[in-house]
Amino acid sequence: MKKKTIGKEYLFTVVILLAALAVTMLLDSRLPGYHIVIKVIKKASVYSLVAVSMNLLNGFTGLFSLGQAGFMLLGAYSYAVLCIPVDKRAGVYQYFDGGVVKFSLPEVFAGFLGDKVGSAVGMILALLVGGVIAAFFAYLIGLPVLRLKSDYLAIATLGFAEIMRTIIQWNAIGPLTNASNLLRGYPDFGSATAYLLLIGVFIACIVLLVNSTYGRAFKAIRDDEVAAEAMGINLAHHKRLAFVISSFFAGIGGGMLAMYMGAVAAMSFKSSMTYEILLLVVIGGIGSITGSVMTSFLYIASLEWLLRGLDTGKFLGIEAPGLFKNGFRMAVISVIIMVVVLFFRKGIMGDRELPDLFRRRRKGGEKK
Amino acid sequence: MSQNILRLENITMQFGGVVAVDDLSLEVNEGEIVALIGPNGAGKTTAFNTITGVYEPTNGQVSFMGEPIVRNHPQGKMKQSYKGKEAEKFLSAPVLDPTPDKITKLGMARTFQNIRLWKSQSVFDNVLIAKHMLRTSNVFSATFRLNRAEEARQREEVMELLRIVGLEDVKDELATSLPYGKQRRLEIARALATEPKLLMLDEPAAGMNPQETDELTEFIGRIRDEFHMTILLIEHHMDLVMDISDRIYVIDFGELIATGTPDEIQNNQRVIDAYLGVEEDA
Amino acid sequence: MQGILPYLINGVSVGGQYALIAIGYTLVYGILRLINFAHGDVFMVAGLIMVYTTASMPMYISIPLVLIFTVILGFAIERLAYKPLRTAPRMSLMISAIGVSYLIQNLAFYLTGGLPQPVKTPIPWISDTVTLFGASTKRVTVVTPLLTVALVFVLVALIKKTKIGMGMRAAAKDFETAQLMGVKINSVISMTFVIGSFLAAVGAMLYFTNYPTVAITSGGMPGLKAFVAAVFGGIGSIPGAVVGAFLIGLCEEIIKGLGQSTFSDAFTFALLIIVLCVKPTGLFGEKVTDKV
Repeated sequence: MKKKTIGKEYLFTVVILLAALAVTMLLDSRLPGYHIVIKVIKKASVYSLVAVSMNLLNGFTGLFSLGQAGFMLLGAYSYAVLCIPVDKRAGVYQYFDGGVVKFSLPEVFAGFLGDKVGSAVGMILALLVGGVIAAFFAYLIGLPVLRLKSDYLAIATLGFAEIMRTIIQWNAIGPLTNASNLLRGYPDFGSATAYLLLIGVFIACIVLLVNSTYGRAFKAIRDDEVAAEAMGINLAHHKRLAFVISSFFAGIGGGMLAMYMGAVAAMSFKSSMTYEILLLVVIGGIGSITGSVMTSFLYIASLEWLLRGLDTGKFLGIEAPGLFKNGFRMAVISVIIMVVVLFFRKGIMGDRELPDLFRRRRKGGEKK
Repeated sequence: MSQNILRLENITMQFGGVVAVDDLSLEVNEGEIVALIGPNGAGKTTAFNTITGVYEPTNGQVSFMGEPIVRNHPQGKMKQSYKGKEAEKFLSAPVLDPTPDKITKLGMARTFQNIRLWKSQSVFDNVLIAKHMLRTSNVFSATFRLNRAEEARQREEVMELLRIVGLEDVKDELATSLPYGKQRRLEIARALATEPKLLMLDEPAAGMNPQETDELTEFIGRIRDEFHMTILLIEHHMDLVMDISDRIYVIDFGELIATGTPDEIQNNQRVIDAYLGVEEDA
Repeated sequence: MQGILPYLINGVSVGGQYALIAIGYTLVYGILRLINFAHGDVFMVAGLIMVYTTASMPMYISIPLVLIFTVILGFAIERLAYKPLRTAPRMSLMISAIGVSYLIQNLAFYLTGGLPQPVKTPIPWISDTVTLFGASTKRVTVVTPLLTVALVFVLVALIKKTKIGMGMRAAAKDFETAQLMGVKINSVISMTFVIGSFLAAVGAMLYFTNYPTVAITSGGMPGLKAFVAAVFGGIGSIPGAVVGAFLIGLCEEIIKGLGQSTFSDAFTFALLIIVLCVKPTGLFGEKVTDKV
């Protein structure tokens, strides 16, 4: 979003982003770490990254892939396996003799960079390793799978995610993944600011990519594959590139989700998680990064915080325990989702971004 | 003697039992405008698609600047059902089946009969995206803007190109919001952005009224002169073809029935029988 | 041989259940080119309705009620969530399907209180235990494949012989031309959903007879498997879906028989990916080529 010739709209954008950061820092200093607002910011940041990475593939490149949960799973497990402190490993891997991994990245780095900096470096490195592993798997399956057309691609990637979920729970690799038992005890960034900053950096990378010559090539493939190929864009290469990059960030997002949840089990990375993220992308607007981020925050805030009352009997001061009981919140959210899907087909943002909102609309509905 | 740019030898395209292009051989030399004409369904676009890598021909060879780029001979089931000629000629040479992007990179760019612009992109971006294949940057250097100089140069070139084709003032419009004639121009500009040696136009005047066709004729002539471009085109509008072509190939039912200058073609009895006499008075 | 036999019998039975669901996917896909993600949930709802109606009503009322309610649900989903998007891009339609699936699950969660509902009064006769080649099993295991094959024959006859069947075939071939030729496209599509839901309801009654409970996520896996079966056979093709479903049912049970039950799901998907890579449109699917 930064450019040499800073227009007014970019200035506004930067101001808004800085304001969000400042508010988060303030909240961090005033509220305890377990406070719901802090948790909402953390979880929403993670969802933003995952949604944006899915948007890169489904929205910007036009590849309908449903493998997101599988790549997140890889990232989550990589992070957990690499970060569980050595002295906790015996307890976590109780059925597998303490596991095969005998080190913990944050501790390794804490050894020579000091506790605080070293742990953070180790944790970030573990996240990146998770991303690389996810990207590597995407690279492997990309070649055969990306030749498939829309629905077939969707179902093949969905299948891949389910296969990953089974393999991770396989007893034979238990010493590495703890099979179907929880992985827990690994460190977390205490502050919401850390989440926001980290996710901000990753999303900024995606924004830069989308607006680069490669991003333009992705959009060309989305708009018309035949024309893109005729104009010298190698389809196989570019589709694979988008798939690998998207999976890389999904892997990182998975790692951060694991971090947020405090314990990770393969069970929870079901296809319904992919659907949930896909809905966020669509509602935000396919092809709008701002939309994905905004929707993620709205969704998580309503889900975890604002609409809690719908499940517990009291909402907006109305007490109706008969109506507002367990599950009502999700029912309401899914009705809202359906309304958006049916009546606001382009999502909240369409394909506009934050700076576009501050720009005077010119004729022809054109973009930047 | 000017250099030979494109050469087709015995190109045959058989779909199932139907021979859409039958033993077509043609040549395009540097600086020429060559037209490929024929009645509807004669196999013109199919021939075009075998040259640009969209279809793999059943038999034959395409050479570009003296180098073979596409080559095939009947294989598998086709060996038995092949109805074309010269089945043995390319048997020993290796099969060449590049994807369309590879062919474009060699220096051949095309337009489409039913305009295929990138609909959510601006006029400017449509042309800029075509510059993507000329990049030297990789995905990292492009993402982190280490390719500023290249990007700036390409943007400059795109502006220049838009100026030449007269689309400068609409550069920020959505490509698909342009009037039909300008969309055609944009598609040609997009093809030119890949800096081709050979421009291939698939029915550039399809759906145009006489006035628009005249403008297009003038435009194509201008492109040849300003870019020293070699052009191969498929067309239905006889006015356009007769006006600007140096040489014409006529095909009917997939087969070459005549070749020559516009004058020769207009007076060729076979052509008149097959096509001109009934369809249109040139 | 004796050891694997019960698994083979089960495989054919499970295959039959998948087939009944898979037809719903394949019919809808054939006409609308839509993966109806909500179909697995319709199947689950049929199971829930069965639990509730059989507990309070005699069988001769409750079974028709399950069929009727499920058919109404399928019909309503099409009218409310898919029909408004007839002119929208295919992606919107697919997302609407995912949204409906999400909505049904969440509503079901709310209404059932999130607890799996026990199948207290299973349908009699078919839940009796019988002995087959020395292996004891419920009668439903034997009934399922027979009923499936019978229903498929009826369905094929319906599509081949009746006017609405002709409309369905025409719409599957070319949606727009069929419309221009006077095929009442909306009633054809509704009919497709009605048939699909009806078969899913039959499938659900057979399927859940074998299970102690119906949970809101119960539709997920069988739905996905049936969908895989449909893709496997070449989505859009009814024989393809049926053959695919029986193959997948058998493979799964054989793997269970070999003591690898954890991998039965993964195997199904691995098989799918391999088939797609070799034959990108499935076993009986039509080859599609882009026109340039």
